[in-house]
Amino acid sequence: MTAGAGRDQVIEVAYLAATALFILSLKWMSSPATARRGVRCGELGMVLAVGGTLLHHGIVDYKWIAVALVLGVIIGVPLGRVQMTAVPQRTALSHAFGALCVTLVGTAEFYLRAPAVPRFTMAVLAMEVILGSLTFSGSLMAAGKLQEVLPQRPITYRGQNLVNLALLAVAVGVAAYLVYRPQQTQLFPLIVGIPLAFGVLMIVPIGGADMPTVISLLNSYAGLAAAAMGFVLDSKLLIIAGALDGASGFILSVNMSKAMNRSFSNVLFGAFGQEPAAGDAAAPARPVRSATPEEAATILAAANRVVVVPGYGMAVAQAQHKVRELYDALTKRGVDVKFGIHPVAGRMPGHMNVLLAEADIPYDKLLDMDEINGDFPQTDVALVIGANDVTNPAARSDASSPIYGMPILDVDRARTVMVIKRSMAAGFAGIDNPLYYLDRTLMLFGDARTFVGSIVRELGGGQG
Amino acid sequence: MKLDLLTSLYVFMLAAFIGFEVIRRVSPLLHTPLMSLTNALDAIAVIGAIILVGEQKSTFSTVLGTVAIVAATSNLVGGFVITDRMLKMFRSSGPPKR
Repeated sequence: MTAGAGRDQVIEVAYLAATALFILSLKWMSSPATARRGVRCGELGMVLAVGGTLLHHGIVDYKWIAVALVLGVIIGVPLGRVQMTAVPQRTALSHAFGALCVTLVGTAEFYLRAPAVPRFTMAVLAMEVILGSLTFSGSLMAAGKLQEVLPQRPITYRGQNLVNLALLAVAVGVAAYLVYRPQQTQLFPLIVGIPLAFGVLMIVPIGGADMPTVISLLNSYAGLAAAAMGFVLDSKLLIIAGALDGASGFILSVNMSKAMNRSFSNVLFGAFGQEPAAGDAAAPARPVRSATPEEAATILAAANRVVVVPGYGMAVAQAQHKVRELYDALTKRGVDVKFGIHPVAGRMPGHMNVLLAEADIPYDKLLDMDEINGDFPQTDVALVIGANDVTNPAARSDASSPIYGMPILDVDRARTVMVIKRSMAAGFAGIDNPLYYLDRTLMLFGDARTFVGSIVRELGGGQG
Repeated sequence: MKLDLLTSLYVFMLAAFIGFEVIRRVSPLLHTPLMSLTNALDAIAVIGAIILVGEQKSTFSTVLGTVAIVAATSNLVGGFVITDRMLKMFRSSGPPKR
């Protein structure tokens, strides 16, 4: 056995171990108790895989590898240290980076192999760069919208879907031709460029509330692009890691669209909420009952069971720490406080859980929609903070409502409902919420953080 | 290098099934850290970029590969760092401390 062959075997074993570690890593994510072990496991797998790769016999020069690795670490560490409220845009940005890597490697591989590219290799290569480039530009757009550098409102125009689909069809057509005739290398830039444009146009009509689905979908695409790269390079490790990531993104997107009672195509092509103004002016001002922080505090203090329902508004107002003070003040008085979390609350899957965990609220108090819904009839107060459409009873009862059929948190079944809201403006979907006009509902008008802070002061807890 | 297409397809299919089964069991509580972890794992694409740069077959491929390594490594490092930061925050109410 030559030294080279021995080295190859070491690499193969390292990759095999890395694969097992990656699967274990995801398996341990199933529970918060083992999840950190899962991260260690993933890190170890990554060290093995990268270490093994550096032994590769084809590598003749390490200078640029070293420079790039160091630069990557320099950029990566701050990206890992962003504020928890910036996690959705950070995630979108990292999808973009992952896709960028895949696209660049795919492009380089094409020009190294051209003009004699075997058909199968060309097919997976085309898939790699198409998925990679549309994920890259789409994720950048999503990150821009989440960071509010770009307008959050969906932008739509007539024939939009037709234009988008036609673009994608052209890209796929060119790819198919390249499979047939890989020597036509001048066509290759088209299967990078067109999907780049498609990625931008795909995200333009998507609004904030659809972000959880879209981020998950982009996650899935990024994984599939990496798997396609695995096929090109004949690397089982890449195929497996890509398939795992693709599966994860896919499951999350299915969860998210189920939680909105919408299909993928509806999310991507539906552009919900572009005409919110239509009914506004005509709707007569219906009476609502509002309450002051003192009144809210009195009702909360007298309650036995309180369920807090957070939404994106809580994240925007950065109210999670005040909510935690409220949780402490009420718990100290013997009130049972739980949190009811809708799958699409916030801007990405699990967004609310992370914010509340950051504020140090124990995770066993954070309950999923299905777990909490049975509790509402026995709940004294449901306190809605910055959530709207996910609490709209019209989704259950009004077949003409655009959100009819969407599973909601049944807050209207609680004895008293309190809703903290800045004004009576409609939610993202531009749909009026009948919840606000119920006799048992009290509207608490104001900024979520300030209002919760005032309630806490009234309860004699918190910093005051 | 002989491309064993069928084996690769089997591997992909089995990995996808494992992925579905494993990820279905992840609590919705942890969906955000799950996404940042899979992001970090997806950065395994860096191995393709490393070989590309190391082989130095053309200036074009070396330049593209270098940028690719930077992008993937920043994902890898950032992804693990933030996943761990998030998971550190999740605590159970457990036995009362006071």
